Amino acid sequence: MASIDRLGPELILLIFAGIIILADLVVPRWRSGLVAASLLGVAGSIVWSVTLVARDMRGGAFDGALVVDDFSLFFSFLFAGIAALVILASIEYVDRFVRHQAEYYALILASTAGMMLLAATTDLIAIFIALELTGVCLYILVAFLKDVRSSEAGLKYLLLGALSTAVTLYGMAFLFGLSGSTNLTDIANVVAQANDDTRAALVMAMVLLAAGLGFKMAVVPFQMWVPDVYEGAPTPITAYLSVGSKAAGFAVVMRIFMEALDARFISGDWANMFAGIAAVSMTVGNLIALTQTNIKRMLGYSSIAQAGNFLVGLAAISAADGELALGASGVLFFLAAYAFTNLGAFIAIIAISNRTGSDEIGDYAGMSRRAPLLALGLTLCLVSLTGIPPTAGFIAKVYIFNAAVQSDLVWLVIVGVLNSVVSVYYYLRVVLQMYLEAPVSEERIAAGPALGLAMAIASAGVLFIGILPFPLLEAAEAAAQVFG
Amino acid sequence: MLSFIVFFPLLGAAVIALLPLERERHAKWAAAATATVVLAAALGLFVAFDRDETGFQFVERHTWVSADIASFDIQYLLGVDGLSLAMVVLTALLGLVAVLISWNIELRPKEYFAWLLVLEASLLGVFTALDFLLFFIFWEIEMVPMYFLISIWGTGRKVYSAWKYVLFTFVGSSSMLVGLLVLAFAAGSFDIIELGRMDIREALLPTQVIFFLLLFGFAIKLPVFPLHTWLPDAHTDAPTAVSVMLAGVLLKMGGYGMLRISLTILPDVARDASLWLAAFGVVNIIYGALVTLVQTDLKRLIAYSSISHMGYVLLGISALGQVGLTGAGMQMFTHGLITGLLFVLVGLVYDRAHTRQIGELSGLAHKMPMIAVVMVIAGLASLGLPSLAGFVSEVTVFLGTFQKHEALTVLGVIGIVLTAGYILWMIQRVFLGERLPRWEGLSDATAWWERVPLVVMVAVIVLVGVYPAILADIIETGVQPIAERLV
Repeated sequence: MASIDRLGPELILLIFAGIIILADLVVPRWRSGLVAASLLGVAGSIVWSVTLVARDMRGGAFDGALVVDDFSLFFSFLFAGIAALVILASIEYVDRFVRHQAEYYALILASTAGMMLLAATTDLIAIFIALELTGVCLYILVAFLKDVRSSEAGLKYLLLGALSTAVTLYGMAFLFGLSGSTNLTDIANVVAQANDDTRAALVMAMVLLAAGLGFKMAVVPFQMWVPDVYEGAPTPITAYLSVGSKAAGFAVVMRIFMEALDARFISGDWANMFAGIAAVSMTVGNLIALTQTNIKRMLGYSSIAQAGNFLVGLAAISAADGELALGASGVLFFLAAYAFTNLGAFIAIIAISNRTGSDEIGDYAGMSRRAPLLALGLTLCLVSLTGIPPTAGFIAKVYIFNAAVQSDLVWLVIVGVLNSVVSVYYYLRVVLQMYLEAPVSEERIAAGPALGLAMAIASAGVLFIGILPFPLLEAAEAAAQVFG
Repeated sequence: MLSFIVFFPLLGAAVIALLPLERERHAKWAAAATATVVLAAALGLFVAFDRDETGFQFVERHTWVSADIASFDIQYLLGVDGLSLAMVVLTALLGLVAVLISWNIELRPKEYFAWLLVLEASLLGVFTALDFLLFFIFWEIEMVPMYFLISIWGTGRKVYSAWKYVLFTFVGSSSMLVGLLVLAFAAGSFDIIELGRMDIREALLPTQVIFFLLLFGFAIKLPVFPLHTWLPDAHTDAPTAVSVMLAGVLLKMGGYGMLRISLTILPDVARDASLWLAAFGVVNIIYGALVTLVQTDLKRLIAYSSISHMGYVLLGISALGQVGLTGAGMQMFTHGLITGLLFVLVGLVYDRAHTRQIGELSGLAHKMPMIAVVMVIAGLASLGLPSLAGFVSEVTVFLGTFQKHEALTVLGVIGIVLTAGYILWMIQRVFLGERLPRWEGLSDATAWWERVPLVVMVAVIVLVGVYPAILADIIETGVQPIAERLV
C-alpha cells in the first residue's frame, strides 16, 4: 500500500484524466466542467504531494522502481504548478477547436503524470515508460489544431521523438549490459568499480543517453524540431513544451547521470560534455533567435539558449571534491524560475494573439497602449529572461554562474555572460515594439479572467522569486542534496 | 533612513503608475513631491552625518539570502561614508531638478515620471549598497529606465542611441559580473566592507584580470576613451532631464565604482595600474576637449566636455593618495552640478529656439538675459574660475596627482586651457554677437519651475566654490580609509 501511496500524485492525475474523458461522453461539451475537473485533478495531486511531505513518506516504492525524495517532490510541485497555469491559459484558446476539448485536458493531465514519473523513477524500464507516456501525450497535443502547420509539427515531433527514444534505449542497453541490472542504484555500484576496460562502454552509454534525452531538453545539436514544433503547436502546448517537457528532460538526465553515473571516474567526462553542449546551445540559440520575426519561433530559439544556461549547472561539478549538489540546485532553481517566466511570456502571447490572430513581432507594435497590463507583464518576463534584476531570471543566472565559478568553469561563465548580452537585443526588441511603435489599431485588448489570473500568478512568481528567492533556494538545495 | 531614501522614489513611481489616465497631469506633482521628500531626507543625512568618523554610517544590515540555505549569502546592506553621502546628495538634488525641468512633458507623462523616479531610486541604491551583489543589482536596474527614457522621450536617433547605451552598459556589467563572482568566491563574501579589509591574492583568475574585468565595467560608465562612444549619442538624443541625470549622476557611478570597489578591494593591483590610469585620464582630458572644440551642436558640445572632465576624475584616482582621491570625489560632485546646470540651460534654449546648432544661434543674451547670465556662471565654473565649484576640485586633483605623475599632470592642465576655449567661444557665439531677427520672439526663463533649478544650482556652485570645506570635509572622511590601504 505504501507503494501506491507514494504514487498518489501521479495516480490522481491519471484518474482525473480518465474521469474527464468518460464524463465528456455523458455530458458533452460542458466546458467549465472540463476545466474545473482538470484543475481539481491538479489540486488533488498537489494536496497528495503535500501530505506525502507532511507524513514524511519519503522512500522507495515498487521494489526500487520509484522513489519519493526531495528531488521528486520538487518536480511534483513544479509540474503541477506548470499544468495548472497551462490549463488556465488554455481555456480561451481551446475554443478554436470545438471538438475533443475533453481529450485535450485529459492529455495534459496524463502527460503531467508522465513528467512527474520521470523525476521519480529510478529504474531504467520505469524511466522508459514514463518517457513514452509523456511523449505520446505530447505528440497528440502538438497536432491538436489539425491545420497544416500543426499537423506538420506533430509529425516532425513524433518522428524525431521516436528516433531519440530509440537512441535513449540504446544507451540504456549499454548500462544494462554493463551492470546486469536496470536499477539505478545497482548500476551506480557497478559504475563505481568501473575500470579502463569498461570505460569505453560507459562513455558510449553516456553519449547515447545525452543524445536521446538532449531531444527532450532541446539542446544543440538535438534542437532541430524546436522552431517548427513551437510555431505549429497550439500556443498553450508550446508553453507547456518549453517549460514542462524541458524540465522533465533535465529531471531524468539529472537522475540518471547524478545517481547512476556519479563516480569520479566518469563524472568528469560527462561534466565536460555538458559544458561543451552548454556553450554551443547558448551561442547557437541566441544567434538564431536574433533573426526571428515570429515571437513563438523566437521564444523557441530562446528556450534552446536557456537550456544551455541550465546545462551550466550540470557541468558545475565542484573541482575540489566532485560535489554535485552545487550545480544541481542551480539547475532546479533555474528550471522553476524559468517556468514562471516563460509561462508568463507565453500567456501574454496567447492573450494578444487570441485577438490579433498574429504571432509576428511586428504586430506587437503599440501594445503598451492597447493592452497596458499584458504589455507590462510580458516586459517583466522578457526582462527576467534577459537576466536583469529584480526578477527571477537574474537570481537564477547569478546562482548558476556562481556554481560554475566555484567549479572552476570561468570560461563557461564568460561564454554565458557574453550570450546574455546578445540576448538583450532580441528580448528587448519586443519591448521596444510594444512601447515605442505606434499601434496598428486602436482596439483595446483585454485578457479574459482565466488568462488574467494566469498572467498575474506568473508575474507575481517572477517578481517574488526575484526579490525573495530564499524559499525556492531552500527547496532547490534540499532537492539537490539527494545527490549529495 | 537609507532604505527610506532608496525606496521612497519607488513608492512615488508606483503611485504615479496607478494614477488613472485622466489624471495623468497630476503625475508631475506627485513626482515633484516625491523628489522633494527625498532631497529633504538626503539633506537630513548630510546634517546628521558625523564628520569625525571615517567608517560607514547609518548602516542597515539584514540577511537577504542566508548561507545556511544557499551556497552563497547575500546581505541587504546599506550604508554611507563621506564619498557616498556626497553622491546621494547630488542624486537627490539633480533628481528634483530633473522633475522640475520636465514640467512641460506632454507625451505619456505618467510613464515618464514613473521611470524618472525608478531611475533615481536605482542610482541611490548604487551609491548606498555595501553588498557587492546588491550594488550590482541596482547597477543593472538603472539600465531599464534609461532604455525607456531615451527611446521614448528622446529626440533624433533616439532608438539607436538607447540601444547603444544598453548594449555598452550590459557588456560592461557582464564583465563586472564575472569579476565579482570570481572575487567573491575567492573571498567567500560579497560584503564590500569585509572585502575592503581582506588581502586577496589568490583566486581562480589572476587578481590583475579580476581588476581589469571590474574596471572595464566602470570604465564604460565613466566613460574612459576608447569606450566613450555611447556617451555623445545618448546625451544628445536623451530628453533634457535625462541628460541631466546621465551627465550629472550616471557617469559618477563609474568613478564611484573605481573608488569603492577597484581601489579598495584590490589595492595592490591598483598600485601597479596607477600609471595606466593616469595615462588614460590625460588622454580623456585632451581628446575630450579637442573633440569638444569642433562640435556644432550645443548639447553634443556639453556631452563631449563631460568626457574631458571625467578625465580629471580618472587622473585624481590614479594618484592613489588622499589628496588626489578627494579631488576625484569633489570633481564628481562639482561636475555633476555644473554639467547638470549646463544641460538644463541647453534644454531651455532648445525649448525656445527649437535648434541646438551653434551656427544658427546668435545674440540670445538680449532676449534671455537670465539664461545667459546663468550660462556664463556655469561656463566659468566649468572652466575652473576660482570662487566657483569647478576650480576647487580641479586644483585638488592636480595637487594630488602632481607628486605621483609630474609630466602627465602637466599635460592634463592643458585641458583647462582648452575648456576655457570651447566654453567661452560657445558663449560668445550663442549669447553674444549679432542680434538676429529670427530670435526676436524668444523669451527668458520665466516659469517658477525653470527658475528654481537655476537659482538653486547656481547657489550650490557658488557655495562650494567659496566654502569648499563643506564638501571636502565629508569626501575626505570617505576616501581616507581607501587612501590608507593604498599606501
